[in-house]
Amino acid sequence: MNKEPIKFRKERLDRGIKARCEDIFALSSYREILYLLLPRVLPVALLLVFPLFKDIVGLYWEKVLVITCAIALLSLSWDWLASVGLISLGQALFFGVGAYVTGSLNYAFKWPPLITIPLGTLGGALICTLLLLPVLRLRGVYFAIVTLTLPLLLMRFIETTKILGGTEGLSALTPLPSLWVELYVPVFTLLICLFGFRRLINEDYGLVLQGIRDNDRAVMSGAINIYWFKTQAVFLAALVGSFPGAFMTHYYQFVGMPAFALDYSILPLTAAVLGGVGTFAGPTLGAFILVPLSEVLRAFGTLRVVFYSAILIICVVGLPEGVFHYIRRKYHQFERMVEVG
Amino acid sequence: MLLSILIYGLINSIILALTAIGFSLTFGISGVANFAYGGFYILSGFLVWMLLNYLRFPLLLAIALTIGVVGLLGFITYWIILLRVRGIALSEVIATFALGVGILELFRYLGFVTYEFTLPYLKKGMILIAGVPVDYQRLYIIGIGLALVLFLYFFTHHTRIGLSFRGIAQNERTAISLGIRSDWTAALSLAFGCAMGALAAIVILPLGIISINTGYEVLLIAVAVGIVGGLESVSGILIASLILGYTQVFTGTYLKPEWMMVVYLAAIVIVLTIKPSGLFGKFKELEERV
Repeated sequence: MNKEPIKFRKERLDRGIKARCEDIFALSSYREILYLLLPRVLPVALLLVFPLFKDIVGLYWEKVLVITCAIALLSLSWDWLASVGLISLGQALFFGVGAYVTGSLNYAFKWPPLITIPLGTLGGALICTLLLLPVLRLRGVYFAIVTLTLPLLLMRFIETTKILGGTEGLSALTPLPSLWVELYVPVFTLLICLFGFRRLINEDYGLVLQGIRDNDRAVMSGAINIYWFKTQAVFLAALVGSFPGAFMTHYYQFVGMPAFALDYSILPLTAAVLGGVGTFAGPTLGAFILVPLSEVLRAFGTLRVVFYSAILIICVVGLPEGVFHYIRRKYHQFERMVEVG
Repeated sequence: MLLSILIYGLINSIILALTAIGFSLTFGISGVANFAYGGFYILSGFLVWMLLNYLRFPLLLAIALTIGVVGLLGFITYWIILLRVRGIALSEVIATFALGVGILELFRYLGFVTYEFTLPYLKKGMILIAGVPVDYQRLYIIGIGLALVLFLYFFTHHTRIGLSFRGIAQNERTAISLGIRSDWTAALSLAFGCAMGALAAIVILPLGIISINTGYEVLLIAVAVGIVGGLESVSGILIASLILGYTQVFTGTYLKPEWMMVVYLAAIVIVLTIKPSGLFGKFKELEERV
């Protein structure tokens, strides 16, 4: 008679600090307050302090920070759309339209960045929303299909009609006033959008949007006009997506067809999926992993895109949870092995 | 002039239909939007090229082998990747999109970007049709396009697999209860879609060079035709191809050839505004349209 081997099972327990449900905590000491505040304050503090050390880390990595913030904003915008159930395969649309509106305003009227960036963000968001408006009445993959197609088509459109500088693009735009503006504006925008979205999705408004994602007919039967809500959601996402475009236009002092490049679609998407969909912090984390990594791998050229694709497939199929959910679970729960049977 | 527009418009339409039909077939049956379609299209072009130039295979063997291999790849893609995320629209879309981009950019990295990558014509030479010179390759395209449509009609109406395709497309649960295996059918539909993409690539690509950007363009064409005609109906695809094909040739002749791509944008926007489920999208109308 062979003996049954002793089997173990991993048991997960929430830390005692957590009362009843996900976001309600019972705090009884400064240590526990610190425990809750640390994961929120530490990244923010790091982000705010990083530009101050520009002499130590070098200007190159400060520029990487700017690009990272831009990609993080795009992936936030992606995640916002995903929480309404809209899958965007073309974040480059928002980026490109925002960039072109800003660039052409500056090129034609010589307005300073202080005016063109807000106008470009708003105008870009309006144009994108109008372009996407017809698709919002459809369910399923149509949104993905159309967002994938639009940047490609707009790129072709600019190439063939030769408007807005055609293949050459618009160059010699006004530079941003100082290095501090270049570094801190994206950082602050990112923080505002990140915490704003996290707050908004848990308000009543966000619940309606999540309801549309989960069961749109049920929301309709609650006498809510889901198209109007979807339009608002797309406008917000377009706003957050157009801002990096508008900002990077003045940052590079150039806008051209690369603004619609595939990189701006696939990088935010990969960042969001890698980081963990639906938390907003996840996509930001994903961007902060992915963009510096891709700077390190710059020597590989277009192989990097293959690399992103591989990450995407592996994450979607094998690790649908994402990095952020994993870290959060490890932080908030005990784990121990329990004997079974 | 008018005659040439008529003939080349027809050729252009058939090219569009051939390009779009694989994408539409897969979507119509399994509901999987195969965004890797452009990747498989270009992959088959390069596969034929490599078989011809590295291994010196005869043309017909290379073609048959490529269609088989690409079909098999589609089948494997379903079992390895899509099966695990079936039903989660977000994951399906992302996985196929990533796969397509991965294939295309891998070829770009490997240096398949120069002008030497062309496929041979099936038959060289040309004839005059009512005074308009047309080369044999374009005639082959018309022939193969029509044959494919006829084959599809016969296949989906008179064979066991084809009928189970339609069963799954119409109502998956009822079909399952009648003993049709959903996963097999979906995998087969992906394999068929990819194989049709391969066939389209092999007959269309000889007209130009094999370039990576064609891969994205193919997806664009498939999507444009699909949206105009309705993503799942074969007759819709044909009529949408005719509309788009002739409009393109007219724009190319009377405006400028560069404007031909703009036709897609205009068509997509107009159709989505007027009739979002496509001109002929019928049975999915209730589902797709909220």
